Amino acid sequence: MATHRRITVGDSGGVCVVRFVDKKIVDSGSIEQLGEEMNSLVTVDKQGMILLNFDGVEFMSSAALNKLISLNSKVKAAAGRLKLCCLRAEIKEVFTITRLDRVFDLRKTEADAIAAFKL
Amino acid sequence: MTSAEEHWSYDKILPSDLELGHAAIEELMTALGAAGWEGMDLFRIQMAIEEAVVNAIEHGNKRQIDKKVRLVFHVTFEKATLEITDEGAGFDHRNVADPTAEELLDKPRGRGVMLMRELMNDAFYNERGNQVTMIKLRSVEVPDGDAPDPNIPE
Repeated sequence: MATHRRITVGDSGGVCVVRFVDKKIVDSGSIEQLGEEMNSLVTVDKQGMILLNFDGVEFMSSAALNKLISLNSKVKAAAGRLKLCCLRAEIKEVFTITRLDRVFDLRKTEADAIAAFKL
Repeated sequence: MTSAEEHWSYDKILPSDLELGHAAIEELMTALGAAGWEGMDLFRIQMAIEEAVVNAIEHGNKRQIDKKVRLVFHVTFEKATLEITDEGAGFDHRNVADPTAEELLDKPRGRGVMLMRELMNDAFYNERGNQVTMIKLRSVEVPDGDAPDPNIPE
């Protein structure tokens, strides 16, 4: 497993649970690194079920949003599943405005999301 | 700064350096906080100014350090006006593709301009497309935190 600086990775019942190190995902260098680290979960670690837990994330720019979209494409191409949980209202609003709430499976809590993987 | 009469102003010309741009945004956010702005409004302004400054430096000035970005901010208790100008050629802001169109929905780009327009009360470009002006009015306080905000799409 690769070393991560922008994320922490855990396991919950076979689901790869990703948390973010930064409260504000805004620095372009960090966002690039974040994208590489998330993509490696699919391309290197071959994770098939990935949950991004946004607990603690206060802000993210659209550049970070773009990394999530790229990750989603990679997960789909590998026939995997990606879910997001614990987004604060402000960030969820961005998903709603951009209609990305139709692209991503957004869940309220980590438990909800883990359960949804089992369906 | 809690009355409409008081205001904070900022007018600086910066080289095309994202670090300096982010430092300016931090100054703005601190001033907004001092003026009593909070919650959703603060987030929306930060999102919009972030998009505008990054666009100016990366797309407008192509990160050429000798090209400048001018940032003009005016903040009062009730209103924030933000003007960002780069030295680039501008762009056709009247014909920006809709990133929510079905065929573009999963493309990892093109959401910045839309977010600025949606998150602020007003966001408009000059003719050339190298200057954006954004205006945010303080949201009306809702006593019940769970009540829907009319500014948020369902």
